[in-house]
Amino acid sequence: MKELKLMKGNEAIAEAAIRAGADAYFGYPITPQSEVLEYLMAEKPHERTGMVVLQAESEVAAINMVYGGAACGRKVFTSSSSPGISLKQEGISYIAGSELPCLIVNVVRGGPGLGTIQPSQSDYFQATKGGGHGDYRLIVLAPSSVQEMADFVKLGFDLAFKYRNPAMILTDGAIGQMMEKVWLEEQQPRMTEFPEWATTGKKPGKERNIITSLDLDSAMQEKFNLKIQEKYREMEENEVRYETFECDDAEYLLVAYGTSARICQKSVQLAREKGIKVGLLRPQTLFPFPKKKISEMASQVKGILSVEMSAGQMVEDIKLSVEGKVKVGHFGRMGGIIHSAEEIVTALEQKIIGG
Amino acid sequence: MAEQTVNKDIAKEENLVFKKTSVLTDKVMHYCPGCGHGTAHRLIAEVIEEMNIQSECIGITPVGCSVLMYNYLDVDMQEAAHGRAPALATAVKRLMPEKFVFTYQGDGDLAAIGTAETIHAANRGENITIFFINNGIYGMTGGQMAPTTLPNMKSSTSPYGRDVKMMGNPLKMTELVAQLPGTYYVTRQAVHTPKDVRKAKKAIRKAFENQKLERGLSLVEIVSNCNSGWKMTPLQANEWMVENMFPFYPMGDLKVDGEMVK
Ligand SMILES: Cc1ncc(C[n+]2csc(CCOP(=O)(O)OP(=O)(O)O)c2C)c(N)n1
Ligand code: SF4
Repeated sequence: MKELKLMKGNEAIAEAAIRAGADAYFGYPITPQSEVLEYLMAEKPHERTGMVVLQAESEVAAINMVYGGAACGRKVFTSSSSPGISLKQEGISYIAGSELPCLIVNVVRGGPGLGTIQPSQSDYFQATKGGGHGDYRLIVLAPSSVQEMADFVKLGFDLAFKYRNPAMILTDGAIGQMMEKVWLEEQQPRMTEFPEWATTGKKPGKERNIITSLDLDSAMQEKFNLKIQEKYREMEENEVRYETFECDDAEYLLVAYGTSARICQKSVQLAREKGIKVGLLRPQTLFPFPKKKISEMASQVKGILSVEMSAGQMVEDIKLSVEGKVKVGHFGRMGGIIHSAEEIVTALEQKIIGG
Repeated sequence: MAEQTVNKDIAKEENLVFKKTSVLTDKVMHYCPGCGHGTAHRLIAEVIEEMNIQSECIGITPVGCSVLMYNYLDVDMQEAAHGRAPALATAVKRLMPEKFVFTYQGDGDLAAIGTAETIHAANRGENITIFFINNGIYGMTGGQMAPTTLPNMKSSTSPYGRDVKMMGNPLKMTELVAQLPGTYYVTRQAVHTPKDVRKAKKAIRKAFENQKLERGLSLVEIVSNCNSGWKMTPLQANEWMVENMFPFYPMGDLKVDGEMVK
């Protein structure tokens, strides 16, 4: 039976993972996401489902534990925040290059460097364009509520296994720390059968399984690259998810995800009180990006404002989708500052309507 | 070409004195002639066959000359990022405690870039086996200095010899790891003579068998040669190894059944 609870976003991730039948979590403490590991340790999932939870010596070790576990065909995940996610990039690239499923949660804080522990959306490029070395993509999910933090754990695992590709939940310190009510799914059993590619011990009479991202033959390596690119095109075809708000009669469009999208809902309301017909498009998947929908909206509206807690990263994908059809601008605060609903309306008036 | 004739009277099962273990594939190894990696692979494969654990083994290969070990060993294998094999092995063993999990790592992999993963896997007492091939140099990338390169030893990045004042001291990882409460068996072996091969094989078997006891990590260091990196013939390399490497990295057990060897 589903269960209603009041939880922090980070705790919801942890609880949803146990209930999704996750096999293991490997992590390293960093604000603002340490509650994931703390919750898991306190909950003793080993007793509940047999799930393994281990505090690694670093984010580097944690992601490589994820790599080893994923290579056994298990449902494994890790979480961290920006500086820790930077450390994980080599491992993520290996996981993508070995075509393994796993879930990575980035509860983003402001950067660059040690930056701040306050929420930010400045890791969009890193998450959606690959992040580590090589031509690969992550499936990137962007929750904007504690409910979606929980729901996207199962979705992330499902998509990761469907495509044999790492999935990332890209959220921020505000959603990680905030408490909301959340409906939790009932407990799913852990897997008892594993994919045929998993390294679980060579089966008699069968070929051994090898998990590697290496191919020294360039022709083969190019073939592999073409194969994973094909997979990314398939994701773009089938896995785009977004929500629209007040878009039917909209003359202007805000595009925002996560925390920014929550604030933009208020901005839409404020603008409409002033007589400006504004709608909001909220991507739930940042890769694949809702290109088609944005392109469609570009034929309807007079201008689009991207609202992100960054110097303007998603705005580049919006511009690529709009292909110059209408004016596209960016508004965002940085360094851990969250914009106000009023600031956004002013930015819309100045940068898009008046500008 | 003259047709090969087989003397059917001699070629009988009972007359066979040597047979390649079935756990090694037929793929021709890419190692330089004389390199110790091939012998070390064979011993591991033979032990896996003799213990009848081929279907229960998961091996993790390093980044280094032995990166392609998965082409030669007929068991399920994962290829790790440089230095991270013990982290992968940690997860594999914790998820499948009943399996035999091992890593195979060079000295650059295990004692430089992977120092943290090695020490912490050992200190946590992960119930895995680590095979550590110490040839005092980075073989794969063309003979650069490793953390294990001896004082005054030449390499492509210490062309006038390792100056310890400037480049630091060689690191005895095996001695370090033996100190940790999480290790159960730590030994140093070689594979350059038949006698050493026999001893090393016993150590490899013990290191695998220990996994059944669940008492902690077993590490077998194999001091080996890198004739290409050292710029010597295979024979010279082995002689140089005995004269120079062995005094610095003495052969024998450091820790047996959880007890330090005095
Ligand atoms: C992150 C990273 N850094 C550097 C390298 C380049 N690299 C490949 S193998 C190697 C050293 C291997 O030396 P060792 O571990 O001693 O093994 P050997 O080749 O001697 O058997 C290096 C530095 C790499 N592949 N990845
Ligand atoms: S370079 Fe050295 S370690 Fe590598 S195969 Fe040749 S001899 Fe062996």
